[in-house]
This record gives sequence, structure tokens and C-alpha cells, in this order.
Amino acid sequence: MIGAAYAIPDILAFVVAALMILAGAIGVLAVRNPVHAALSLILTLFGVAVAFVAQSADFLAVVQIIVYAGAIVVLFLFVIMFLGVDRTDPVRVEPLVGQRALAGVGVVVTIGGLVALLASSHWVTGAIAVSTSGHPTPGGAGNVRAVGTAVFTTYLFAFEATAALLIIAVVGAVLLARRERRMDREGEA
Amino acid sequence: MNVPAAWYLVLAAVLFGIGSFGLLTRRSALIIFMCLELLLNAVNLTFVTFARTLRDIGGQAAVFFVMVVAAAEVTVGLGIVVTVFRRRSSTSVDELSEMKG
Repeated sequence: MIGAAYAIPDILAFVVAALMILAGAIGVLAVRNPVHAALSLILTLFGVAVAFVAQSADFLAVVQIIVYAGAIVVLFLFVIMFLGVDRTDPVRVEPLVGQRALAGVGVVVTIGGLVALLASSHWVTGAIAVSTSGHPTPGGAGNVRAVGTAVFTTYLFAFEATAALLIIAVVGAVLLARRERRMDREGEA
Repeated sequence: MNVPAAWYLVLAAVLFGIGSFGLLTRRSALIIFMCLELLLNAVNLTFVTFARTLRDIGGQAAVFFVMVVAAAEVTVGLGIVVTVFRRRSSTSVDELSEMKG
């Protein structure tokens, strides 16, 4: 029934995206070396980009690869290698007794609750009648136009706020990463 | 016709679960940040799925803002990790217990 109702390329895209996402996510947890964990994270991020393209969010897929895989993961790798923690990370110790079992129970309850919510209602929100009368979200070049229009009109204030947020983040990061030479000099004098 | 939204939503739920398990169990601040990225991506996937099914481009705009905030968060967070590592030679969050009551 499912195979007959939906197009084969869409199913294929979903399966590929799901395999990439899950393999990468499990890799982040299972791998001992932080560098390998960062590379697994890239696999997950590419899988999410595939899922974005499959759902006609082309602009976000490109941004996902540029910003996440291109900038954030590189920043992770830079910090990992800068600190030299690529081998000294004790992963297998468990200081709190039963922490993993409790975390596993909590995660299973969370996923089970979300899936049960999904199964019991038409959507997760239960909002069956939310405006499905509008146009479908466009893909390709039209997607860029649609997202740009939304960001620069409806969400203009939020967009301006992100500019301030990025400036604050850059200044904060520079201040945090800077060595405090002035205090050393005062100590010597 | 595209695959049902429920498939992507379940996938996002599982991704969220994996990420939160890592968030709860791992010790290294770097790995915890990576698991945080997994959580954010799970939510982004949900946003995009609902943007498609509810035909509202606002969902994709929200993902755009989440990405910006994630970039800012990682920048500041890794700056804090570097500062802590300089002082303590470790990225384990268990070492940071000075304010423990």
C-alpha cells in the first residue's frame, strides 16, 4: 500500500537521508575519538541536507552544508586539534552509577511519547485544519525567493536581531579566546 | 506524491533521542556540543517537514534563524571550552565542580 502510493524517488531519498542521519548520529556517540565524532556529525548534517532537498527546502539545504558542514564542524575540528584532546578523552568511565540506563529509559520514553502523539493525531500538533489552502512551498529558485521574502518582510525584526546576536557572539568569542597579557604584565611589575 | 510527513517526523524523533542520550551520558564538552547540534538538526527537520505539509514558508524561515543561533552558540561555546581547557587541561564537564554546593 505504501509502496504503491508514493513515488519511488521520494522513498529512495527518504531512505538514503535516514540511513545517513542515523549512521552519523550513532557514530557521534559510539566513536571514541572526537575527530571521528566530528566527521560522523558531517555525515548526519549531509543526511539532513538530503532530507531538506527531498522536501523542497533547497535554500536551507545549501545553507546547511555551507554553515554546518563548512563552518561549524570545521570550527569543532579546529578546536579539537588546537586543544589536542583527540586521544585523551576517557569515554568508557561512568562516574554516576546507572546514569546510562536512566538516560536510555528517558530517551525511550521521549521517542515513544513523540511517536505515540504522532500516531494518535493527524499531525503532532493535532492541528488538522491549519491553512493547507496556500500554495505548496516552492523548490529550486522559487524556494530562495520565498524564503527571502519571508525573512525580509514577515521576520524582518528577527533578522535584524540575529545581526546583533552574531556581533555579540563574535565579540564574546574574541574576548574569551584572548590571552590576558595585560594582567601578566601588571603581575611582573 | 512525496512520502508522508510522519516518516520524517519519526526520523527526527529518533535523531532527537540519539542526541539527547549523548547529551545525558557523555563527559567531554566537545561531544556534548556535537550532540546539541544533533538536537538542533532534529528540530530543523521537523520544521521543514511541517513547512511542507502545512504549506507555510515560515517553517523554513524559522530553520534559517535556528542555524544562525546555532552558529553563534557554537562560537561562544567553543570559546568557553578553550578558556576552560587552558585553565584545567581538560574538557570534561565533571571537572567543573567548583560551584557545587
